[in-house]
Amino acid sequence: MNLLIGNIGHLSVIVAFAAALVAAYSYFQATRGRALGDDDTTWLRVARGAFFVHGLAVFTVIGCLFNIIQAHRYEYYYAWSHSSNHLPVEYMISCFWEGQEGSFLLWIFWHVVLGLFIMRFNRKWEAPVMAVFSGVQLFLVSMILGIVLGDVKIGSSPFILLRDFLTDLPVFKLNPDFVPKDGTGLNALLQNYWMVIHPPTLFLGFALTLVPFAFAIAGLWKRELTSWVKPALPWTLIGGGVLGIGVVMGAYWAYETLNFGGYWNWDPVENAVYIPWLVLVASLHGMVLWQKRRTGLRTSFALVIATFVLILYATFLTRSGVLGNASVHSFTDLGLSGQLFIYMAVFSVLAIALLVYRWKEIPISEKELTLYNPELWVFVGATVLCLGAFQVLFTTSIPVYNSFMGLIGIKTNVALPADQIAHYSKAQLWMGVSVALLSGLAQIMWWQRNDKTTLVNSLTAPTLLTLLGTALVMLLVRYNGLTITPAYVMLTLAGLFGVLANFGTIFTLLRRGVRLSGGAVAHLGVALMLLGILASSGYSNIISRNVSGLIYSREFDESLNRDNVLLWRNETTKMQGYDLTYTGQFFDVPGVPGYVDKQFLFRTDDEYKALARAPIVAGGKTYYKTGDTVEILPENTYYRINYKERETGKEFSLYPRAQVNDEMGEGGLLASPAVKQFWTHDIYSHVSSVLDPRKEKQWSEEKDHVLAVGDTIFLNDYFAVFRAIEPAHETAGLNLQKGDLALQADMIVHGEKRQYHVHPVFVVRNRLVGRVPDEVDDLGVRLSLTNIDPTAGKFTFAVSTTQKDYVILKAMEKPFINLLWSGTLLMTFGFGLSVWQRGRKGGSPAVADAPASARAERPQPVS
Amino acid sequence: MKKSHLFVMAIIAVAAAIILSTTADASVYVGFGEARQRAAEGNATKVHVVGKLLRDGQQRPIDLEYDPMTDPNYFAFTLVDTLQVAQRVVYNNPKPQDFDASEQVVITGNMRGKVFMADKILLKCPSKYVKKDLDGATASVK
Repeated sequence: MNLLIGNIGHLSVIVAFAAALVAAYSYFQATRGRALGDDDTTWLRVARGAFFVHGLAVFTVIGCLFNIIQAHRYEYYYAWSHSSNHLPVEYMISCFWEGQEGSFLLWIFWHVVLGLFIMRFNRKWEAPVMAVFSGVQLFLVSMILGIVLGDVKIGSSPFILLRDFLTDLPVFKLNPDFVPKDGTGLNALLQNYWMVIHPPTLFLGFALTLVPFAFAIAGLWKRELTSWVKPALPWTLIGGGVLGIGVVMGAYWAYETLNFGGYWNWDPVENAVYIPWLVLVASLHGMVLWQKRRTGLRTSFALVIATFVLILYATFLTRSGVLGNASVHSFTDLGLSGQLFIYMAVFSVLAIALLVYRWKEIPISEKELTLYNPELWVFVGATVLCLGAFQVLFTTSIPVYNSFMGLIGIKTNVALPADQIAHYSKAQLWMGVSVALLSGLAQIMWWQRNDKTTLVNSLTAPTLLTLLGTALVMLLVRYNGLTITPAYVMLTLAGLFGVLANFGTIFTLLRRGVRLSGGAVAHLGVALMLLGILASSGYSNIISRNVSGLIYSREFDESLNRDNVLLWRNETTKMQGYDLTYTGQFFDVPGVPGYVDKQFLFRTDDEYKALARAPIVAGGKTYYKTGDTVEILPENTYYRINYKERETGKEFSLYPRAQVNDEMGEGGLLASPAVKQFWTHDIYSHVSSVLDPRKEKQWSEEKDHVLAVGDTIFLNDYFAVFRAIEPAHETAGLNLQKGDLALQADMIVHGEKRQYHVHPVFVVRNRLVGRVPDEVDDLGVRLSLTNIDPTAGKFTFAVSTTQKDYVILKAMEKPFINLLWSGTLLMTFGFGLSVWQRGRKGGSPAVADAPASARAERPQPVS
Repeated sequence: MKKSHLFVMAIIAVAAAIILSTTADASVYVGFGEARQRAAEGNATKVHVVGKLLRDGQQRPIDLEYDPMTDPNYFAFTLVDTLQVAQRVVYNNPKPQDFDASEQVVITGNMRGKVFMADKILLKCPSKYVKKDLDGATASVK
């Protein structure tokens, strides 16, 4: 029992809270009534000190919490409920943010880091920007404060002791110092490397939206209505890249781990991040428009503020419990909804009020944009992104409307659309079409002087190639016996145009400097992503569709989608170009590459240890000898599925897994897919149902057979020969002592694929007889040697059989999904190029890299 | 009229279209009574129904029908909605693995003849926290 570390942690939370308060107030005082950069040095010094103290306290909190998890201090609720003894070290990091408190801490941490950057590199803007930062930190730290004032509980502390959380548990009445031996473990789905890096990336993205927001607020507050854009822009760029890759990482994790059959499910938790990302990207375009072409300042203000407000709204949605049964994976409700609502309301109201108050003073461009101005098309593109975000926002908020109406006493029963994919796709598809077309068009126009001739010249080639490419795609789709809807044709057209036009732009920019091409590269990535989504989702093909021709007489005679197929162990089933065979259950054994057949492992009382029944060999190397103790990871069972492509004869194996998950209740089994990646497509498979690996097998009543050496019998329909009787050599786990007599029979069973040696053992110790049966999982047979009649040379075997093993499998083909992932990488790379470009010019004039033509046209700032 | 006004009007039109389409696509939470009534009126829109499973004395769900050896894509069960109306539900997919433990079941679909054809099942399992309180701690006490 270590109370000290928790007390240090909790005290540090309180210090962090108090220091954020002092920092916010002092930064406010330092700049109040003064011009930007002309701060009151006394207050500024206090404020800086306070923020450093705040940062130090936050690091201490993180250190304490991590120590609690890493040292398995189960007297603390957080360690007990999120970790366990057998958790690999790398996943201890995931434990840290599995709980709400830890994920708030992660967010707070990034704000501290970004705050320190701003204090160091943006001295001029430090006071007002950091005042906003400290204010945000104040609210965030309050979420993990864990103090009770009167009847009001503020925040939920990660340092609460188990005995204070589970006060009703009888054991604490007997022994208040009771510490559990083991924790309840990390959610099995989160034991994945993506969960180590996805949350920090996402929260860094969240944190990065605060920077442009704080600059915009500072700009409004200090009446620096135009100059805030320049220092804020690189942060928006980084934010767009980081949040974008964070979202796709989450999608990739879902693709690999969850079994809904894809990477995006339109779950409110996914949407909650997707919406602010779209608006963030729109705001980025607004800011670039102002920075380069002196237009779109009001748009920038509005969108930067909207992005941050939407981040707050996303936090409220996913953490307050308002989603109820609309989502499967939001955080558990910690009773913070009131606090979360206040947090959201304070910053939204203040920011919007300030924006409205200064609205009329924000300079606008005098010039009316014509169709030949790329600015117009960028602006239209940003608007399209916002409309796309609006659709998702409006639908995702349906549970909120119900809650709100409930609050004012009206009972409503609106539910999310029954077919969410169709609902979202019909708008998002057209957003994609517009974005791809506009990005191609605007990128071409951005870098040249535009009139009718130049435009026609530069658009002809990509347009013709696009039309040609689309026709080719349509032919190929038809050739493969598939259909293509007009909407898909449009998306193909737009995607191809986006790719070609942006590619052309990159090509022309190579002469003027690679650095300039960040935007074109990012847009090229987006266009590729759209094509990848179209191919992999629009043409996702279920391989495991029932083609047996059997019609089951049920309530319906109409044909229904029957997407799952039953595979008996070692029996080959034909499915759409593949022969599939389920060939057994496997475990993950740390240190051994690949997976190890369960039949080679003899389980012991310790779940995590097994004895090797045969040498465990992988790739020619022997890792364990017969009888060795093998450390295993028992949570996951891997089901090996052999795929054989009939046309080419190529074979490969997939290991979809199922894991026991007690959090979901008794029968909880979670299935995760296995994916085989090819250049042109992925093969994706998951088990939909299996025989529960934890349930005792139901054996049939034993049947006795009296045999002599050399006799043959049928076991569960398999032909078997009783070959010999010999001294037992596979005695692992028997604890044989001197004077014991152990014999084993050698029975050879001929299975479908191979022969099995079955060795039931007969032991005599102090004239007592013990029998150790042997079983063949593959065949569902168990054999024991029950009696030996030495005089007659007869041996009695008891044979019982069990349910033959099977899995129910769903297998899919995802064409060209690699376009989506490679597009994402390109997009992120493009963001990176742009950041580099902006970072590079540092002190040089802001316009240095703008093309000459644009400089000539640029309208002068109004103010 | 200025071009910017046209642009604003176009935005408003699209936004209005989005709101209308969401309103049209939005589903409702109803009981089986209303689901049957809708089907009788020829209204085939899909609805959400919230309900519980029939359970025996030991809290084991009864009346579940899933026999993967005959048909892995046929799962039938009886759901009792919040107004205590019981209804046979058919789900053309394998039985969800954690189905038996679920406290509450939300299904999406519509009535087809005598049965409710579900195309989505959302399970509300006993809260992680409650569950852990009882099992985890006592298990580690032993």
